[in-house]
Order: sequence, then C-alpha cells, then structure tokens
Amino acid sequence: MNRIKISKEEVAYVAHLARLSFGEEETRKFTSQLNDILLYMDKLNEVDTTGVEPVTHAIARENAFREDDVAASLPVEASLANAPEARAGCFQVPRVIE
Amino acid sequence: MEYEPVIGLEVHAQLLTEAKIFCGCSAKFGAAPNTHACPVCLGMPGVLPVLNRKVVEFMLKMALATNCRINRVCSFARKNYFYPDLPKGYQISQYASPPAEHGWIEVELNGGKKRIGITRIHMEEDAGKLLHDERNPVSHVDLNRTGVPLIEIVSEPDIRGAEEAAAYLRRLHETLVYLEICDGNMEEGSFRCDANVSLRPAGTEAFGTRAELKNMNSFRNVQRALEYEIKRQRYVLEGGGKVAQETRLWDDTAGVTHSMRGKEEAHDYRYFPDPDLVPVVIDDAWLDSVRKTLPELPLERRERFVRDYKIPAYDAGVLTASRELADYYEELVRLSGEPKLASNWVMGDVLRFLNEEKKGIGACPIAPASLADLIRLIQAGTISGKMAKEVSEEMYRTGKPPEKIISEKGLVQITDEGALTEMIAEIIAENPAQLAQYRAGKEKVFGFFVGQAMKATQGKANPQLINDLLKKMLAGDK
Amino acid sequence: MELYELTIHELSDRLRAGEITSAEIVSSVFGRIDAVEKDVRAYITLMRETALAEAAEAGEKIRKGEGGPLAGIPVALKDIFCTKGVRTTCGSRILENFIPPYDATVVEKLRSAGAVFTGKTNMDEFAMGSSTENSFFGATRNPWDIERIPGGSSGGSAAAVTAGECIAAFGSDTGGSIRQPASLCGVVGMKPTYGRVSRYGLIAFASSLDQIGPFTKDVEDCAIVMNVIAGYDPRESTSVPQEVPDYRSFLGRDIKGWRVGIPKEYFIDGIDPEVEAAIRKAIRVVEGAGAKSVEISLPHTDYCVAVYYIVAPAEASSNLARYDGVKYGFRAGEARDLLEMYKKTRSAGFGAEVKRRIMIGTYALSSGYYDAYYRKASQVRGLIKRDFDEAFKNCDVILTPTSPTPAFRLGERTDDPLQMYLSDIFTISANLAGIPGISVPCGYTTGGLPIGVQFLAGHFQEGRLLQAASAYEKHARIDKRRPSL
Repeated sequence: MNRIKISKEEVAYVAHLARLSFGEEETRKFTSQLNDILLYMDKLNEVDTTGVEPVTHAIARENAFREDDVAASLPVEASLANAPEARAGCFQVPRVIE
Repeated sequence: MEYEPVIGLEVHAQLLTEAKIFCGCSAKFGAAPNTHACPVCLGMPGVLPVLNRKVVEFMLKMALATNCRINRVCSFARKNYFYPDLPKGYQISQYASPPAEHGWIEVELNGGKKRIGITRIHMEEDAGKLLHDERNPVSHVDLNRTGVPLIEIVSEPDIRGAEEAAAYLRRLHETLVYLEICDGNMEEGSFRCDANVSLRPAGTEAFGTRAELKNMNSFRNVQRALEYEIKRQRYVLEGGGKVAQETRLWDDTAGVTHSMRGKEEAHDYRYFPDPDLVPVVIDDAWLDSVRKTLPELPLERRERFVRDYKIPAYDAGVLTASRELADYYEELVRLSGEPKLASNWVMGDVLRFLNEEKKGIGACPIAPASLADLIRLIQAGTISGKMAKEVSEEMYRTGKPPEKIISEKGLVQITDEGALTEMIAEIIAENPAQLAQYRAGKEKVFGFFVGQAMKATQGKANPQLINDLLKKMLAGDK
Repeated sequence: MELYELTIHELSDRLRAGEITSAEIVSSVFGRIDAVEKDVRAYITLMRETALAEAAEAGEKIRKGEGGPLAGIPVALKDIFCTKGVRTTCGSRILENFIPPYDATVVEKLRSAGAVFTGKTNMDEFAMGSSTENSFFGATRNPWDIERIPGGSSGGSAAAVTAGECIAAFGSDTGGSIRQPASLCGVVGMKPTYGRVSRYGLIAFASSLDQIGPFTKDVEDCAIVMNVIAGYDPRESTSVPQEVPDYRSFLGRDIKGWRVGIPKEYFIDGIDPEVEAAIRKAIRVVEGAGAKSVEISLPHTDYCVAVYYIVAPAEASSNLARYDGVKYGFRAGEARDLLEMYKKTRSAGFGAEVKRRIMIGTYALSSGYYDAYYRKASQVRGLIKRDFDEAFKNCDVILTPTSPTPAFRLGERTDDPLQMYLSDIFTISANLAGIPGISVPCGYTTGGLPIGVQFLAGHFQEGRLLQAASAYEKHARIDKRRPSL
C-alpha cells in the first residue's frame, strides 16, 4: 500500500490555497502529520458506497426563505469598528497587485 | 486557412430586488460606502444566510423566458477564494445543481433568425468593490454590493461572430429589462459580460484553445473586443503559433485585449455544498404562479405589432424597445384607433422630445389620452398638422391637454368658406398686377396669393381650402 | 451549602420565595471565581460589572413576579457565542480583540429569560480539540485534578459548572465538545438535535455538525435551560420549525418497558477498564428501572472518526476563510502586498491545530481529491445515519460510554493529533447523524475522576432522552462529590 499520501510540494500548494505559510521545520512536521491522518482516512475505501447519496446536511430541510423586505443595515462606524485599518468609510488593505 | 470563431458568453445580471440575496440590507446602487452592510453581508463570525424568495422568482422568470428546463430541486455551493471584496472568503453560488438548464433564445441576423443555446442559469451573490488609492499603495473596500443578487446566464458556444454576440446580448438585456428583474444599466454594472473565444478551422468540429475576455462594459465594447480577439487569434494561428488558455482584459482606450498571465493563479475553487443553506424545491404551483406573471416578451410583441397594427417591422422594433414604451403606444392605439398615426407621433415628436432630455417614456409629460385627443383634433380638421406640432411641443412643456392649448393660443383653423371667399376677393382686388400676371400664365404668382391669404388669417386658415378657393377665384370662376 | 453549589431549580425556588436575592447568588459565584479561577482558568473574559447590574434588574423583575425561567441565575457562555459589545475570541489570537455588534440568538433568549452572564469561557481554538489545550489564552484545568484536562472543546464551560464558577453554562458540540467535557468533569451535558437550537451567532466550526447545548449540575436543570434555548429561528435556514415540548414534563417519568440499545461496536479495545465497568453498571441501573437492554449494531461506527475528520475540516477550511485581516480581528503588520498580508495574518493568527485542520479540509476539497475524500466521506455519513435509523426501529434510546477514557493529563496527547481525534470516538456519530445525545455522570474511577454515560435518541427526541437520563439519575444515586479545589 502506498504510505506516502502527500508530498512537501503538495503541502506547500495546499498551504497557498489556504493562505497559510510554513517554515521548513513546520512544513516537515505538517507533512508527516497530514500523511498519518490521510493514511487513517484510507479506512473509508473499505466501505462500498456504490449508489449511496452523499449526505451533506444533518437534517433534511428545504425551502427556507426570507421575504424581500429591507431591514436596517449597521451604522458604518459599527461595521468598521473592528477593522484593523479603515479610511473614508472603507476597510483598507495593502494594494492588490494586478 | 479559413477559421471560424466559437464564442460562449457568461452574463451576470443584478436582480432588482429591494433587499440583498441573503440578508435584509438594501440592494440599491449608489449609497455611501459600507452603509448597506450588516453582520451577514460583512461575513462576521457566526452569522447565517437566508435566501430571499424573490431572487428565486426572478431567476424563474428569466428561465421561463429563455425556454430553460427547470430543475425541481437545486442547491447552493460555496466557491472558495480569497479576495478583499469577498468578505466570507467564499462566494455563495450554485454549482452541481443549477435551477435552470438547456434553454435558448432566438436572435435576428441579417433578416434571418438563429437560435442560441443557454447552458444554464443560476443564482449567486455579488462581491463588493475595491477602490485603488491613487497615491498610496493601498486599496479601499466597499461592501455595499456584497450580497446583491445576481443571476448568471451561461450560453452554449453557439455564437459565431462578434455581431452575433452583440445581438445575443441585446436580446438577453432586453428580456431582463422587459421582465423588470434587472435595470440593465451597464455603466453601473447591473449587466456584465465575459466571453470565451476560440477559433477552429472552418468545417471542423473540435474546439480550439480558448481565451476568456473580461472588462467589456458596453455592447459596443463586447463587439470591439471580440472582433479584436478573433483577429488576434487568427494571426497567432496563421503564424503557426498556439493560442494560450488565459484570461485577457479588454483595454477600451487602446482597443486591444491583453493577457493577465502571471497575475492570476490556477483556480482551485473547492466548490462544495453550502451547509448553511437548504435545497430549493420548486413545485408546479410555484412555477405556475411565476409563469402567470410573465409579460409578453419583446419578440412576440414586435411580431404582433406588425401583424395587428400593420406598421413596419422597423417601427415595431423601436416601439417595443422597452416594455413601458410599448405599453404607451398600445394605450395610444386603443384610445385613438389609429395605429399608424399613433406610431408616427410616438416615434416622431414624443421620442424626439424625450431623447433631447435623455428621458425615458416613464417621464413623458404627455399622457396617451392627450395625444389621442390631439390626433382626433387633426383628423377633425380643427387644427392643421403644422399647428399640431406647435401644440405637441406645448403639451410636452406644460402637460396641458391639447384643447386648452389650442384655445389659449387661438389656434383653431378657419374653415368658414364664406369668410375666406370674402377675404380672397379683397386680396385679388387689391393686387390687379399680380392677377394679370397669373392670368397671363405666370403660375408662380399663385404662391404670392397663398402667402397673402395666410398672412391675412395669421396662418389659421385651412391651407387646402385656401388653395381650392384661390384656384377657382383667380381663374375668374364665381 | 454555599449558593454557588446549588442547582438552578434550587436557587429559583429560593429566589421566588424571597429567601435570597440574585445579587447574593452573583456575589457567591464571583467569590468562588476569585478563589479558584487561578487554578481552573475556566474563563477568557469575566463580565463582573454587567453581571451585578443584570442581577439587580432580575431582582426587580422577580419582586414584580415578572422574572423569566432563568431570572437571576448566573450562567457562563463559551467564548464562541457572539455577545454584543463583549469581546468574543473563539479562543483564537485572530479574534483576540473582536467585539461583535450583535448577540447570538441563544444569548438573546437567555437574556430575555432573565439569565445573568458571568463571562465567556475558555475553549479549544475555534472548538477544534478535545482538551481545551488549544486555546490562545492557555489551557483550562480539570477541577477534579488540575494536572488533567477538562475535555474539550467546551472545557471552560464544563470546568466552570463543576468548580461552582457559574450555575450552568453553554457550549457547542461539533463532535462531542459538550458531552465529552461534561463526562470528564462530572456534569450533565446535552447536544440537542441539529436544527433544534439556533446557530445564529455561534461562530462556525463545521456548520453541518455544530449544535449548541447546556452544561448543568443535574438533568432537571438541563430540561429547564432546554426550554429556554430550543426553538425555531428564521435567521437560520437549517433551523427546524417544529414545536418545542415542555422538557420538564419528561422528568420523573419511569422508563418501564423501554428498550435500551447497547451498540456492540462501542465496547472496543482501548476503552479504559474502569470506564467499561461503570457503563456495564449503568446498563444494570436502567434494567433495574424496568427497561430492557437489547444489543444493537451500528455497523459503520468504525468509520465515524475518519468521516468526521474529513467533513468537519472541509467545512472549517471554508468557514475560517473569513479571518483574513481585512474586516475585523488580528492583522499581521509589515506586509508588502495583499497576499503577504493574508499569509502572515493567518499563519500568526491561527494555532497549530486550526492550521492542521484547515490544511486537511483544503486538501479534501481540492481539485482531484474531492471525490476521494469529501464526497466519499459524505456517502459514508449517509450510511452512518442509516445505521441509526435502523437501530431506533429496535430501541427507544441507545446507551454508550461518552468517552473511552477519563480525563487525561495535560500535554499527554498534544503531539499526536490522531490519538487526540480518537477520544471523540463515541460522540462523533451523533453529530454526523444529527441526533441528540446527553452525557450524565455515572461514577468515578478509583483515582476519583468522573465517568459519564451517554444516551442517544432519534431526531427531536430530546424529551425521551431527558426521561431516560432523569430515570437513570434517580436510580443510579451517584454520590454527590465535589472537587476539592
């Protein structure tokens, strides 16, 4: 059986997707731990799931709606109160490079 | 080698709901930054989305209007990516189970018609806006637009040219506006379009490598961008090169598309079913109730105008450009009983006045009933066509009914034959030299007499009557 | 007896009789906090001033006969519930200074029932953990032995109730985060049916599994607070519009003739012998109460942990994307551009376990792996749910251990994530299936550590669960020990 589920390069790719960055030592440790965890997940391959519908909700409910009514928004000061940086009624972020 | 362009379009249309798709914030455009925001659309911790029912209904209207198959169960998925205008770090959209598929619309091309397939229509939330600071290396985030409802309409790759693409877009746009589910304002971003373009050797089936075009914010730009891109890809292929699969931005000023390569990354959106939202189930009763609210669509209405009102196709096209205009015209036809005259008046004076002020028919001060009155007054000979022009201008300016303007201005046409005969006799008597010239065969002098007669009546005489009387009296008949 | 040692029903009776005031209870509780908090470390934020004001207000209402069912009762909230104007951290550096402009629905309900809030309790960061060691604010200790963990992730709430630092507390349970610490701390903890208690304002870990529930000193108190917090909430799409019965009406009823299912798959290798013995004894107690024990099978039990550790991290990887340093919370300084700001903020703002789970979840959803992991796990989840549907055809409730071991030592499992994950082995299935579960104290180890027994029932059968638990509690007559702090 394949004992290597995930490579350091894949860990780096996934970290980038998740907007995380790891140092050398951390990457090594995460790679090894993720590998163990993913190996454990292989258990699931023992289960025959042919024709089984995936369950993504604990309770089957349908059609939960709100009506098209406008409710009060937050005062802009309240919206921005927790912002690390705000200016001119906006959240401020480092320039997006495009 | 001959190449054939293959184009598919993705349109995002903002829906005209009062509130946002998953919270109660106003969906209106143009408010001060971050004043239409609440914990839900700001993506604060612990908050949850609840779907605005009207979004489903508006989506269904478009799906029905574009002949889609309605899936009775659809659900929402999360599209995961990081960007400051996306406060939750994911966009709530629909992926594996869209509500509407396999539709089509017909476009008119050089007299012929072509059916263009619609792959799917789905609901999703809009993102916010990023404003780049001119002086400092920062950007500002305004989340008012976050959560404004959108439908995405994806076409089949059925489009074969830039002009065809523009025709398709105009038809979609017109339909959305007719359904009153989107204001269609392209400058404000209510109607946005991306295009997938590839070329293949004419007569072959396989698709070539496609480029995705973005940043085209008018019909004209879509057409220009596609024309440019088709030409660009042809040069690449003819030069033995390969078209890269990439996103390209349209540069309106330079009139070119340029690559975003290196600036975008491989997309891995990690779609999965949104556990915070439950499936939408559309039953027959709901679908029927939406179907009942559908108005007659522009194409059907255009054809009916030509058929029933016997007006030219061009006129029918102009008159059905918006649902309100067509309603105005039909009301005028109903009140006046004169489809052709009604068409002339609406297409002539009414639209000219409105266009001069860049106003829509909704803002027209002349009610259809008043315009019908005016048409009746002309037909009864109460006023001349020339007078009517003056009256209509006054009607537009003041909103007053035509009778009132006519009496205020003393515009009533003189049709009293006895009075006019007396007046003409006087004119002839006062101008013996001209009479002699006329009788000697100088017909031009006739105009002189008409002018004198109109002058004497301050232009209020019925011109036809003046003509007839003059001819008779100048000839010496009594 | 000190006031802080009493239950809600005992205190409410005395309050209504005018024997004591809410202010006295609040002073007693805060006196206790002052005495033991340095050892237990149950709280992240204390709300002393507002608690005194709320107590005065409650006193006024009680005098007028307008007090709600929790009037004047000091309760603690896991720091995962958004509280308007009060810092809500979720145990994370990334929310270290976050002050919500809104209350969670549960907080609103408790407030209008007259409850007095003592503070926000410690927890594993974003509820990811089984020991409350993964908190940015340091570990909470088990009041029975402060060298041991209280369980998790709602360890602060469990420890606070046990130590008398509040009368009842609230937590969230995604894979056992109420029932496991309740078991390890010797209190009653319930996870209701998914959709029974509103999640609005509960900071999401795994949205399809998260559910809110109480920690109380006995089953009666559990019924009292469930009457307050259960119910439909139009702000949550997955909230279920089903009538809430009076849960107190199920108390004291017998369970004669009930069939109590004992799943054979839950008595596994690795279960602590003292735990197993206590559970076997609990089975005899329910039999003594007139119920019949029947062996049942939940064939996919062995896959629960694997399913859970795909589904929960997958949802979490998406739920935690909003912590990006833009709108609220921590932002790392000194970033050249946006991408660097994101990475530095999230890498410094999240702890190791949270990052580990974001990595697992991102991987499980990423292109090429979705079907093998997320989809496969969701299919097996369907089979696990079906197991319970089948099982409940043959029994009224299911009885299992809550945790395979009693409280373990601090640091014992921190370096072995997989081992830590296996401590949820008996609790996870209820979350995957969406069914309610309750953990009730059922004895002590020879070392004096509490052990809990878990009852499970079908969807929306909280009443039945409380009936079984109260009958068990009555017949078991577990001695009321108190931790010596």
